[in-house]
Amino acid sequence: MELKDKLVSSFMAFEDMVDIDSPVHNIRTEAIKTFETEGFPTKRQEAWKYTSLNSILKHNYSVFPKHENALEYGDVKKYFIHDIDSYKIIFVDGKYSSHLSQTTHEGIDVCLMSAALTKPKYRLVIENYFNKIAAKDGLSSLNTAFSAEGAYIHIPKNKVVEKPIQILHFSTGNESALMLQPRNLVVVDENSHVQIIERHQSLTDNPVLTNCVTEIFANKRAIVDYYKIQNDRQTASLIDNTFINQKQESIAKVHTFSFGGKLTRNNLNFYQNGERIDSTMKGITIIGDKQHVDHNTLVHHIEPNCESHQDYKGIFDDKATGVFNGKVIVEKEAQKTNAFQANNNVLISDKASINTKPQLEIFADDVKCSHGCTIGQLDESAMFYLRSRGIPEKEAKGLLMFAFSNNVLDSVAIPEIKNRITKIIAQKLGVSIGFDL
Amino acid sequence: MSKYTEDDLREELKTKEYEYGFYTDIKSETFPKGLNEDIVRAISKKKNEPEWMTEWRLEAFRAWQEMTEPEWANVTYKKPDFQEISYYSAPNSKPKYDSLDEVDPELLATFEKLGISLEEQKKLAGVAMDVVVDSVSVATTFKETLAEKGIIFMSISEAIQKHPDLVKKYIGTVVPKKDNFYAALNSAVFSDGSFCYIPKGVKCPMELSTYFRINQAGTGQFERTLVVADKGSYVSYLEGCTAPSRDENQLHAAVVELIALEDAEIKYSTVQNWFPGNAEGKGGVYNFVTKRGLCEKNAKISWTQVETGSAITWKYPSCVLKGDNSVGEFYSIAVTNNFQQADTGTKMIHLGKNTKSTIISKGISAGKSQNSYRGLVQISPRAENARNFSQCDSLLMGNECGAHTFPYIEAKNKSAQIEHEATTSKIGEDQIFYCNQRGIDTEKAIALIVNGFSKDVLNKLPMEFAVEAQKLLEISLEGSVG
Repeated sequence: MELKDKLVSSFMAFEDMVDIDSPVHNIRTEAIKTFETEGFPTKRQEAWKYTSLNSILKHNYSVFPKHENALEYGDVKKYFIHDIDSYKIIFVDGKYSSHLSQTTHEGIDVCLMSAALTKPKYRLVIENYFNKIAAKDGLSSLNTAFSAEGAYIHIPKNKVVEKPIQILHFSTGNESALMLQPRNLVVVDENSHVQIIERHQSLTDNPVLTNCVTEIFANKRAIVDYYKIQNDRQTASLIDNTFINQKQESIAKVHTFSFGGKLTRNNLNFYQNGERIDSTMKGITIIGDKQHVDHNTLVHHIEPNCESHQDYKGIFDDKATGVFNGKVIVEKEAQKTNAFQANNNVLISDKASINTKPQLEIFADDVKCSHGCTIGQLDESAMFYLRSRGIPEKEAKGLLMFAFSNNVLDSVAIPEIKNRITKIIAQKLGVSIGFDL
Repeated sequence: MSKYTEDDLREELKTKEYEYGFYTDIKSETFPKGLNEDIVRAISKKKNEPEWMTEWRLEAFRAWQEMTEPEWANVTYKKPDFQEISYYSAPNSKPKYDSLDEVDPELLATFEKLGISLEEQKKLAGVAMDVVVDSVSVATTFKETLAEKGIIFMSISEAIQKHPDLVKKYIGTVVPKKDNFYAALNSAVFSDGSFCYIPKGVKCPMELSTYFRINQAGTGQFERTLVVADKGSYVSYLEGCTAPSRDENQLHAAVVELIALEDAEIKYSTVQNWFPGNAEGKGGVYNFVTKRGLCEKNAKISWTQVETGSAITWKYPSCVLKGDNSVGEFYSIAVTNNFQQADTGTKMIHLGKNTKSTIISKGISAGKSQNSYRGLVQISPRAENARNFSQCDSLLMGNECGAHTFPYIEAKNKSAQIEHEATTSKIGEDQIFYCNQRGIDTEKAIALIVNGFSKDVLNKLPMEFAVEAQKLLEISLEGSVG
């Protein structure tokens, strides 16, 4: 059976598991209808021109994992940013793992979507925010239809969350093929500040497909700092749909580090609903083998005096393919917008390829918008300089590539993440970088 | 100092009527409206074409019937009804003239109004003209000079008669007849156009130029241009267009094919100023053109265009860089005003080794117009050391217009070096202030800035054409170009 039909028919089984009288369920039924008509995107769609899902849709994914699989902290410690104290929301095969997690209700809510969707005390927030900005395309609707579990984070007014929040999804390979659909909601109220780290990790070589939707609301003067670390196995695929709604004077930053996975698609959408907003999206992609990473970004400038900064770096080896599809829309009212978009790529192997499509759609005249995009090689004279000083070729290459991607790391606010990413980069490039950062 | 602000400019742009709108009353022989196989056969018969050409047209027509109109472009318009168009119209006074005295005086007056009278043109530094009014060539000049060098420059229907081998060998090789909806339509019904062949090692001594005009109301113009530069030759080809005011939309679907064989160079320049519709967005020409060039080894093709007219422009002059070391260039200024919509750009397909391409695109939008750049740079796996530089700048005047950039970059070779850069801005108050401060009034200042903005492209135009380009910019952005 086709995956689409399977998903549509399993919606009935899903209805047995959730409260079908809640208002959220109307949203779900609506969404499954949308998915039924839209289906999975194909290469015929402009936004999916360079990414085909065919290879990952052919598996017979189980949609509801049956067993719960306990994981020991020791086994998965390395996937955490473990050297700092943090809140943790951990899922194993889509199920919440209470003994690995550390949630809180003290002043802030760092807990589960399943709780938020069912308990009355969260009703108001769910009514106001749930599925308000998620797109109504096939994939997001599919997630909405099956939305039951995920992270729920609500930071009330004037709170600075003192430690980062880590959201981790493990898949243990209990099922021969697993499809996960986590649904996250992050609401940050006025003047509050939060840092979130998200990671999806498969622990075996059984195929995993994750179709994740995250909605983030940054209200007045809120600061949201979001890190996505993607360093999964060759059999795991991720479709990440993130929607960020910003109110006036808020700052939102999303860093995406893509180092692995069979197919990774990042749909990152920023909607600026207020003045003097700052949006930043940065990414480093270093992949090889037959990996495929697709960054699809959208910044919608709706009101005046806002800024957006995009900086994506990519290094592609072996038969890897990369896609960057960035879109900036500046509405007529959004005067004095500053929008910058940069995408730089290095191809290392002959079989690697990159497709990039940085787009600007501008309807206001008093704006400063630019995009730049390059595809090239390492500077030969720089190579020569390093070699002439006795640095072996491999290390020299590593250093140059490290330098190439480094300015993305400048804006990372958590030093431990910076360290971790530096290590992963060094490991990816197969060199030891002889200095600490 | 007079207070000339951007608002004044905007006001002026709004009220500026199409200056060159007029209609020449020449008796035309026009086919009935509609399109079917009989019409295609009739066009072919009218032109006295050989059997293979008729078949070729019919094949294209059949393919066209299977196709649907493309919708991906960033333009909205009322789709033309292809059965409401007359596909052939030829000026009546058919015999060819040897001198200008024999030409219909009314036609001459038309050219005079355009400022491109043949006398003037003849006097100007060696420009040979192949004048196309509606669909049939009525005058060809300087043919003798060209013939001495062995250069063939004639209307394509004449070429089909006189040089069928050459035409048969090259037509449809760069733009296949089934390439796209409009190319297929053109292949089926093209009425005339120009053919140019430069023999081996010949450097064409003068700029070749044609003027296309859409003259008969309700007649679509389907021009077919084929330029072949044989090994080691050079040619510079100019094309310019103006059209009379018309209320109903006129369709123009031309095909231009350039073939540059080894070591050859073709420079193709266009100044386009078709009726863009009035201030309410009524009328105007639909310009759906397929232009493509093929570069063999060490060859070079350079497209330069100044686009100021047409209600809808849908045009992507492209280069297929097939041979090693070949070079493709694209320089464009697209000006849109009122309700004009332009979706234009280029495709650079790098197939050979050490191929180079440069794209400079300048878009100026005013009024309620939409101006899009859409380009593709493709590096195939075998294209070692390919190099591309693209720059797309947009200038916005007023907040009711839009500027869009849709670059596609596909690299499949690690040695490729690609740079793409795009900016969008308006004329800065500080820039104006700087000029004012030095005693340059605002009008002149705007002129200066717009001129500077488009200088990169204007510089690429041949001398004779640069003058005309300036004139056309004046019409589109009166008051802003000095």
